[in-house]
Amino acid sequence: MIPEIGHLALIIALVASLIQCVLPMWGAHTNQIQLMQVARPTAYTQLFFVIIAFVALMTSFINKDFSVINVVQNSNADLPTIYRICATWGSHEGSILLWGLMLALWSSAVARFSKHLTLPILARTLGVLGFISFGTILFTLITSNPFLRMIPAASNGTDLNPLLQDPGMIIHPPMLYMGYVGTSVVFSLAIAALLSGKLDTAWARWSRPWITVAWCFLTIGIALGSGWAYYELGWGGWWFWDPVENASFMPWLLGTALIHSLAVTEKRGGFKMWTALLAILTFSMSLLGTFLVRSGVITSVHAFATDPERGIFILIFLAILIGGSLTLFSIRAPKAVAGEEFDLVSKDSMLLTNNILLLVAAAAVLLGTLYPLILEALGLGKLSVGKPYFDAVFVPLMTPALFLMGVGPITRWRSAKPIDLVTQLRWALGATVVSAVFTPFVLRSWTPGIGFGLFLAIWITTASLVNLFNRIKSHPANAISALRAQSASYYGMLIAHIGVAVFIFGVTMVNGFEEEKDLRMSAGTSNSLAGYDFVLNNIQQVQGENYVAAQATITVTKDNQFVTVMKPEKRKYFSSQMLMTEAAIHTSFTGDLYISMAEAISNTEWGVKIQFKPFINWIWGGAFLIALGGFFAVMDKKYRFKKNKSL
Amino acid sequence: MKRLPLIIFAILVVFLVIGLKLKPKEIPSPFIGKPAPAFELSILSQTERFEPKSMLGRVWLLNVWASWCTSCREEHPLLIEFSKQKLVPIIGLNYKDKDPEAIKWLNDLGNPYDFSVVDAKGKVGIDYGVYGVPETFVIDKSGKIVHKHIGPLTPEALNKDILPLLKKLNS
Repeated sequence: MIPEIGHLALIIALVASLIQCVLPMWGAHTNQIQLMQVARPTAYTQLFFVIIAFVALMTSFINKDFSVINVVQNSNADLPTIYRICATWGSHEGSILLWGLMLALWSSAVARFSKHLTLPILARTLGVLGFISFGTILFTLITSNPFLRMIPAASNGTDLNPLLQDPGMIIHPPMLYMGYVGTSVVFSLAIAALLSGKLDTAWARWSRPWITVAWCFLTIGIALGSGWAYYELGWGGWWFWDPVENASFMPWLLGTALIHSLAVTEKRGGFKMWTALLAILTFSMSLLGTFLVRSGVITSVHAFATDPERGIFILIFLAILIGGSLTLFSIRAPKAVAGEEFDLVSKDSMLLTNNILLLVAAAAVLLGTLYPLILEALGLGKLSVGKPYFDAVFVPLMTPALFLMGVGPITRWRSAKPIDLVTQLRWALGATVVSAVFTPFVLRSWTPGIGFGLFLAIWITTASLVNLFNRIKSHPANAISALRAQSASYYGMLIAHIGVAVFIFGVTMVNGFEEEKDLRMSAGTSNSLAGYDFVLNNIQQVQGENYVAAQATITVTKDNQFVTVMKPEKRKYFSSQMLMTEAAIHTSFTGDLYISMAEAISNTEWGVKIQFKPFINWIWGGAFLIALGGFFAVMDKKYRFKKNKSL
Repeated sequence: MKRLPLIIFAILVVFLVIGLKLKPKEIPSPFIGKPAPAFELSILSQTERFEPKSMLGRVWLLNVWASWCTSCREEHPLLIEFSKQKLVPIIGLNYKDKDPEAIKWLNDLGNPYDFSVVDAKGKVGIDYGVYGVPETFVIDKSGKIVHKHIGPLTPEALNKDILPLLKKLNS
């Protein structure tokens, strides 16, 4: 009965989303207030029914209802409860439903926090969101219905993929989708503004917090995914340039560009057309990412069972939505962009450079992701594009952008004197060069890569501190009141930029100084790496809730001082008989010890891989600082609107 | 300028449409049309050994499987159904597996194979370009590989591709 309730609720939500799209849009077009007012209540209605559908699916999983195909394919009687809950979004069908749920949540948030929007803008924004919801729910119902029954019911399920049986999976997909789907709000706002012909500073001010929040979630979602890959895949990598990672990274890059470009539109009224285009492209990349993952056009570790029918559906949806909005853009975008003028050396021009670099970087990632497909389509054979390409393209593109991160924030709008910039930053630059050259020496090895990475990280940090220091100095009162006088969005920017520095530092240290050894170990064997000594005490069988594992116990010491005991496992899950490497990780502020078990060589001997990953946590720490900066920026007082500032 | 994004997008869509038709999982095997690589392996739970040339003059299937392979479980019922029709001999290539586990697997789930050969180190698998298990090869009377199916067999693949092919080859 419960799956049928879910199914029915989803159909009602489909109808609600259609009404949410058609009536307000028509009302805005013909200026009928009653029709426009339909937007808000239908958005809430839609959310209500999508929640019912989602809860219904979750309940089927919790109740082990093995008459539902989706439950049979993604759950098992032995599966612990928490993973049965997560299995709700562990499959293609469930994750699309989660997509729909997130979209409904964002739509209702727009309906709720939009008191200061004029009715036509609100109606159009929710109308566009309604259209996206309609497409998503229709897609779910036609090609990916999670509520289908199986008669007769199965006695047990085939199980959730063991890779997904991990705490990281509880929050990674919802966070990522929250970000992915959240970009639809600025997209809809841009379409509404284009339709109404009101691409102005109020539109920019209103868009900013929405994209910032979505972008923060996206940042966290990507970081969690990367962290999950690191500790769950069992070989210590944290980024693979996998098509699905790229699919989430492209909207992130464009979202970053959009946040910066919105700053110009809001403060100076410039870059309007550009900003609108970025708003459209950011969401387009989210949709394209969904298409790439769901259609099976590109194979990837994330590929669920794929189905050409799904690909065709998403592609048509994509063509209508993106094609339509780009057509609208080409017709309606303001002709000659009459923003205020600016000099070559100015904050405006630096932000423009940053924007172009980020856009080109996103395009390069897109090209790398689609290149195999394009070649094949042209009949030029099959190949895969991997890390070497992305590293070669991405690093040179990002370097100038990262360098500008130090300069841009202290540069004036409109026009700045290069000599002033040099005067202000000379100490920062000097200190940076010196420490970038000497630090690696202290750390035993100097390579251009390490020196360069450290240079960028230290440069961003020192330049940010100079910026803060200048503000304190130029404030008439004492330092404390100077610090108090700065806005939340200013601190947000500083935190996010320093987060980038922390991230770069982590990447540089891991790439430059990581160490690893592949060992044959049996009880009593010892070895050492990076100053640590490892002794294998024993290897024994342990039993988990739904798996059995070979578990090694390894004692780690440093200079004869006890450090920790590590217990890597090789698990075999009962239901699927899949083997999983469960790495043991000892984390500290300055680096991780990472031990994973390869294969049994004989009854007593195992292949064991020991790795030292210096400062790897700084990679995710940096990412969380970036997101934290974003949340700070949204707290800014200026986004608490007064009524008279309506669009 | 303002139309540029639209134009780029249109080109992108064209490629994606073509991409959808390509079925990316079908990586063309360089082995199609070539003689099946020779090998000599022992037969699972028997003392005899097997060579592909002993099958000359007959159309047969070589199905790569392993007890550790989840997708093999998925195709197994279908393979058993198919084997009951006794259309062609089905020979298993037990790939990178351990004998006791392989035998237990067949005992538990049923044995669709005329027999399986043991490729414990996966050497023959490399010769056949196996990169995913399960894979199924159709080999004709002259010992040539005429078709390769990657991944678990589906009723669709069996009815649309393999059965018509077998009929043609056997006639």
